[in-house]
Amino acid sequence: MNWEIIIPLCAAAVQSGTPILYATLGEIITEKSGILNLGIEGIMLAGALAGFMTSRFTGSPFLGFISGGLFGMFLAGIHGMVCIGFNGNQVVSGLALTILGTGLANFLGTPFIGLEAPGFNPVPFPVLSKLPALGQIFFNHDLLVYISYIIPFLIWLFFKNTRWGLRLRSVGEYPGAASAAGLNVSMYQWAGILSGGFLAGLGGAYLSLAYTHLWTSGLTAGRGWIAVALVIFAFWHPGRAVLGAYLFGGVMAFQFRLQAMGTHLPSSLLLMLPYALTIIVLVFSSWKGKGKNAPAFLGINVEPLE
Amino acid sequence: MKNLRVIKRQEPLGWSSCFVLTGAVALSLGISFLMLSFHDKPPLQGMIILFQGAFGSQWALEDCLIKAIPIYLCSLGVAVAFRLQIWNIGAEGQFALGAVGAAWAALNFPDLPWFVLIPFMMTASFVTGGTWGLIPALLKLKMKANEIIVTLMLNYIAIFYLDYLVYGDWKDPASFGFPMTKTFSPGAIVGKIGSTSLNWGLVLCVVTGILIWIFFRYTRIGFELRASGENIQAARYAGLPYDKLVILVMILSGALAGWAGFIEASATLNRLQPSIIAGYGYTAIVVAWLARLHPFYIGIASILLAGLRVGTENLQLELQVPAAFGGIMEGLILLTVLSGNFFIYYRIKIVKKLYNLEKGI
Repeated sequence: MNWEIIIPLCAAAVQSGTPILYATLGEIITEKSGILNLGIEGIMLAGALAGFMTSRFTGSPFLGFISGGLFGMFLAGIHGMVCIGFNGNQVVSGLALTILGTGLANFLGTPFIGLEAPGFNPVPFPVLSKLPALGQIFFNHDLLVYISYIIPFLIWLFFKNTRWGLRLRSVGEYPGAASAAGLNVSMYQWAGILSGGFLAGLGGAYLSLAYTHLWTSGLTAGRGWIAVALVIFAFWHPGRAVLGAYLFGGVMAFQFRLQAMGTHLPSSLLLMLPYALTIIVLVFSSWKGKGKNAPAFLGINVEPLE
Repeated sequence: MKNLRVIKRQEPLGWSSCFVLTGAVALSLGISFLMLSFHDKPPLQGMIILFQGAFGSQWALEDCLIKAIPIYLCSLGVAVAFRLQIWNIGAEGQFALGAVGAAWAALNFPDLPWFVLIPFMMTASFVTGGTWGLIPALLKLKMKANEIIVTLMLNYIAIFYLDYLVYGDWKDPASFGFPMTKTFSPGAIVGKIGSTSLNWGLVLCVVTGILIWIFFRYTRIGFELRASGENIQAARYAGLPYDKLVILVMILSGALAGWAGFIEASATLNRLQPSIIAGYGYTAIVVAWLARLHPFYIGIASILLAGLRVGTENLQLELQVPAAFGGIMEGLILLTVLSGNFFIYYRIKIVKKLYNLEKGI
């Protein structure tokens, strides 16, 4: 192992961690409002298809990226309707959403398997890309990666320093008190669900528009679930989410490279790596953190009385 | 001015909740109907083809029942865990490892007579599936790791392990490079019932279903399970052995899914190959929830969702609708039924809003 291998590997880690990062940040916002959304995998996959199809038909990857987010938001809206509107079980609704999203993506995407769409290409960031090592790793990517550098910071500011962010958190911590203080609890939960779905959809669209430029079924390969696990690893903190996402991006990229280099390990065993690591990371972060940062009302429905 | 108000019912709806359920399913069928017509397929004809493909002929019915077997066993397992409010989403992986366990026994001891080999395969799949259920239980109890994510990740790991075996050590040299094991010896194959295409796995389903029902209904542990599932905190105060129950339930849950893998490998495919992974484990979650965790209703729901699968195959054959349409319908049904539950516990009252005194209008 020398720098010539490590630096490209780190750069690949950033790139393949980016979709996970978008989704993890989305899930953090949703969970902060007290709603557990296990539909991320389905939302990402459907967002990937929406992004791909829009980009293919309009020729604009930008529109594709946004429409991936919007479609994710739409699916998250279904979750909101079931959980906030009809008081349905959040775990089951999230699973149903994954089944639905996967079904939708496979159903509508079948005619497009193997086809390409215009996507995002790497653009060296002015000046910063000239930095030794760091430039290679962080500033030689596509635009969407650069956008993803700002979002965690914005989310952190939002929760830390804005009135809306504080209120959204209070709804997840103690909806009863928030309601007594005159907040419209379900409105904040809707905001959490929808913006979370939007970000997860963006993460999906990143996969089809920047990570690959083509459509295949099962493009997400469990990244949505990894994102849900990373929220626990990150203790609901956007900064740690960045760390986790790049760690996983790194393992995925590493696994991919080992295969490409023709290692003797069979590919199926290499493919297990990210999932096994998810369990290990989850176990350690739950064990150490004991879920202390979890919003107190996560996954519990607020009774819809008046 | 009229205003809608949500009011909690004194008692949940009893028999009339059937109407709510029917309405919910009808709504999801309606949406599927629309999706077909957006896809430029004749919707009404499509629904008829789907229904005929599922239940319209003896052949279709038999195919439907064969597919219902693994769904039923997985779902029964999932339901056992859900009873204790343990979210086992790992039936898919437990199913895969059950199939691996059964195949290991079948491939290593092909010469044993069936009355030894079949119970041996059952035991092997019970152990492998049960172990795969035990891991998340232990991690949950000792390390507080969320079982939803652990079971899910274990699904991926189990499926890749199965791939590793059938592409590697277990590959039949005579398979022309296809990833599959040798065909099992006759002693390792669960036979057909009479002259039908149904296999004896159906009987296994009925027997296990009844046993599970008796277990929950009439045994002490079953009672403890039901009590703990209703209210975990209260059960802990009452001194019920919650941790032991979690372990018991997850082993049982994994083992039942493992048996489903055994039946599928032995009776349906007669070997191990990657196509054994067909999403039964995820469908099982839908089934368990729709059936409200009751063994008998799980039977009905398994047959209906197996029918949906067989019917969609027919739809693909006749109208070229992608098979993923079944997944959409599954998700929709679950979502609408979940929403429909609302009307079992709450009712909506229309109140006349006369004057808003505070604002003095």
